[in-house]
Amino acid sequence: MSSVVSIHESGTHHAHDADHGHHHETFISKYVFSMDHKTISKQFLITGIFWAFVGGLFSVIFRLQLGFPEASFPILEDLLGKWAPGGKLSPDFYYALVTMHGTILVFFVLTAGLSGTFSNFLIPLQVGARDMASPLLNMLSYWFFFVASIILLSSLFVQTGPASGGWTVYPPLSALGEASEGSKIGMDLWLTSMALFIISQLLAGLNYISTILNMRTKGMTMTRMPLTIWGLFFTAVLGVLSFPVLLSGAVLLLFDRNLETSFFLSDIVVAGKILPHEGGSAILFQHLFWFLGHPEVYIIILPAMGMASEIISVNSRKPIFGYMAMVASMFAITVLAFLVWAHHMFVTGLNPFLGAVFVLLTLLIAVPSAIKVFNWLTTIWRGNIRFTPGMISSIGFVSLFISGGLTGIFLGNAALDIHLHDTYFVIAHFHIVMGVSAFFGMFAGIYHWFPKMYGRFMNDTLAYIHIWVTLIGAYLIFWPMHYTGLSGMPRRYYDYSGWESFKMFDGLNAFISIVVIVVFAAQILFIFNFFYSIFKGRKVKDPNPWKATTLEWTTPINPGHGNWPGEIPEVHRWPYDYGKDGKDFIPQTTPVGADESKDH
Amino acid sequence: MKDLFLVAIVVMFFLVIFQIAKASEYVSILKGEEKTRKQSNKINAFLMLVFLVLGLFGAWYCNELYYGKTLFPQGSGSVEGEEIDTMLLVTIAICGVVFFITQILLFWFAYKYQERDNQKAYFYPHNNKLEIIWTTIPAITLTILIVFGLKFWFKITGDPPADALMVEITGHQFGWDIRYAGKDNIFGKKHFKLYNNPAGNSLGVDFSDPESHDDIRTTEMHLPVNRPVKLIIHSQDVIHDVGLPHFRMKMDAVPGIPTTLWFTPQYTTAQMRERTGNPNFVYEIACDQMCGKGHFSMRGVIVVETEEEYNAWMAKQKPEYANLFQVEEAPAPATEPAVADSTQPAPIAQVVNP
Repeated sequence: MSSVVSIHESGTHHAHDADHGHHHETFISKYVFSMDHKTISKQFLITGIFWAFVGGLFSVIFRLQLGFPEASFPILEDLLGKWAPGGKLSPDFYYALVTMHGTILVFFVLTAGLSGTFSNFLIPLQVGARDMASPLLNMLSYWFFFVASIILLSSLFVQTGPASGGWTVYPPLSALGEASEGSKIGMDLWLTSMALFIISQLLAGLNYISTILNMRTKGMTMTRMPLTIWGLFFTAVLGVLSFPVLLSGAVLLLFDRNLETSFFLSDIVVAGKILPHEGGSAILFQHLFWFLGHPEVYIIILPAMGMASEIISVNSRKPIFGYMAMVASMFAITVLAFLVWAHHMFVTGLNPFLGAVFVLLTLLIAVPSAIKVFNWLTTIWRGNIRFTPGMISSIGFVSLFISGGLTGIFLGNAALDIHLHDTYFVIAHFHIVMGVSAFFGMFAGIYHWFPKMYGRFMNDTLAYIHIWVTLIGAYLIFWPMHYTGLSGMPRRYYDYSGWESFKMFDGLNAFISIVVIVVFAAQILFIFNFFYSIFKGRKVKDPNPWKATTLEWTTPINPGHGNWPGEIPEVHRWPYDYGKDGKDFIPQTTPVGADESKDH
Repeated sequence: MKDLFLVAIVVMFFLVIFQIAKASEYVSILKGEEKTRKQSNKINAFLMLVFLVLGLFGAWYCNELYYGKTLFPQGSGSVEGEEIDTMLLVTIAICGVVFFITQILLFWFAYKYQERDNQKAYFYPHNNKLEIIWTTIPAITLTILIVFGLKFWFKITGDPPADALMVEITGHQFGWDIRYAGKDNIFGKKHFKLYNNPAGNSLGVDFSDPESHDDIRTTEMHLPVNRPVKLIIHSQDVIHDVGLPHFRMKMDAVPGIPTTLWFTPQYTTAQMRERTGNPNFVYEIACDQMCGKGHFSMRGVIVVETEEEYNAWMAKQKPEYANLFQVEEAPAPATEPAVADSTQPAPIAQVVNP
């Protein structure tokens, strides 16, 4: 397949394929239907940023309702019309926003936007390949994602509104139009969009795996790969093995909705109507959903772990501590990720013995996670730390990963989950550990590799303001939610004022909503900084601005299609020779000297 | 006009930040990029320390503000919930220690090992002994948590004591129906196809089954204190969840798959009002599984009362069968005096079924 690529800068090294080679790239082939992994990565990134903006904006709107349930905001009626009569969000649309917020951020931003961007960008550059194993599939992967995006976006504009049953779309609620407005056409669009999204993920994942396994440059053994690549590799494996299961769930749900089958439906009387379905199991869908849904959180966090490891090492000017332990713990996380899904279902009436097995396997994940945290701490210990925006984001990532990871120990223990399940404690837990934490991994990656992507730097001052405001804001938003969760405050409520047990938190809810608005403003600053810097940022003068060892910094400042103008460099050592033998850093391409110390 | 003004302020604010950022770039060119970089490195290192100190203070302050509002100070409403509370406190203690140690080390190291001109990073790629230490310690700690967690889990999900009172609770969009088994202690059969709301049979009870004739249907759940209760949980339409935060209990209501949960209330509603100092306190049933647009209003009330109060209340209830078919029952033994206050649920925004 590699001959399909046309490589201009290195035309002498690669034969042009007669059918596909074209000497002058048009605007369309260069920026739209591009097969260059770097362009595709930017397409994923910019689409992801668009979605992050939309998903974040939705959270601001529904936080207005949660924070100020009595107030009315005329601007909402101007914007949303019948969804916000009198400037007050309707419950139907509130739930639609909550559902879209979850769907968009979990799938479209933190899956496609995160691993889509950095797998595409970093895998060929860091393993030393000219492009992906199949640039065509790679391009298709983006365009499937694009179509999925359009369909999801269009569901916002249908008469009955978008899907509103929560991002987990549990049937029967999601299966029955009678049960909820959002379960009408909006849900069909959601499922179609998700099916296309899964195809996109599979095309991408297979490509990432084949590229990493087959296209590493000479000398790049598996154990010489940067941890970024290991993180992206395990992410791709997880995606390829678990996304098809969600696809099967989505297709069966489409059948139940439209073809009168009874996979998930039984014994239902809805809106005064007795439905004919018998014999299905609503719980079956939850098994299918969480068989992806749980690995999904590792699909989100593993790329962030890999990038943070890399960036922490580069900016501490020290090798990552315990490289093999880091790889082994990521491997352990990957394997365990498939064996813990039912911990989302402790209170569904699950067999208690089965529940016990899932408790054991779930809490086991804390061991590799702990190893990773201690290794990061040891990496910065006695370093010589440069606080680049990428580094501060990575430290924020570690801090958030600790905070959110520890609360997982509560929720994974079934006895405690009985009390905490579906309360704000869960919201706090997963937003910190896979939401904000993964976002910090993504920020770290963007700040760190932006110079490689666009040949310019992002503005540091804006970056520092953005990171610190976001980090402080994230803790202000989610830390108090542990307390409301311990009080049993249920998630996904539109209004708590009618509840004797929960209404005492109204002041806190208002405070959180105000912080949300501030943090959202900081993200606008980031988006502005990103786009402004593409065109006007300070130019990169040194091809290796961070003084890093890895291969991507051996390419020209603005690498063309094919990445290296001449031969692909050969690799002689692992990527973490920082501070070795008194040298600041030794690139991977430098041969091992005869007098070099043997430690690694 | 007010909106416009607000927008103008926000835009101004962004512009100011942008100008500062722009200016900082020019300054760095004038002063020399390396020098500016070192300066900003120092500032950020200092901010790491500030963040740590303010963060620790914030964690303490948040606890001051909200610990009193959690359910811990009032104690668990159920006997079984006390074990969950103990377990929670132990887990908070263990995780708290790990949290403070790791966060303090992270931000302290970041501050301490900031870039300095004469400082060299220490080449330290691995140490197997350390890796083994921080694999085993978490593993041992987790084993302890797992063992205790599973002990409670099996107890809570196990069989209730034989004398447990059985109460059936059925969720629908958006409310709860309660059914008691009556004198024979057996629930009459139900089938969803027998649902006939216009005729009043909204639970789909099979009234040809004589065991259904003494079943009592209510909207409020009354429970005698100190007697184990087993809830049999159904749903008519979508998945709901019987969430009982005060009893530390929760179980989904799944259409077609009945579930159960049991607990032993240990304080009456009146006692709980004293414990919390809240005269309006009621045990609430909160739907904890997203069930549609009225999810947030799917509220039920449990009244826990003394055995005598409960019996008196029960004696006043008329079986559903008698209500629906106007059957005259044998007069109930109405010897007990009228019951003290039966709690009225607080009014709540009701969402009408579509």
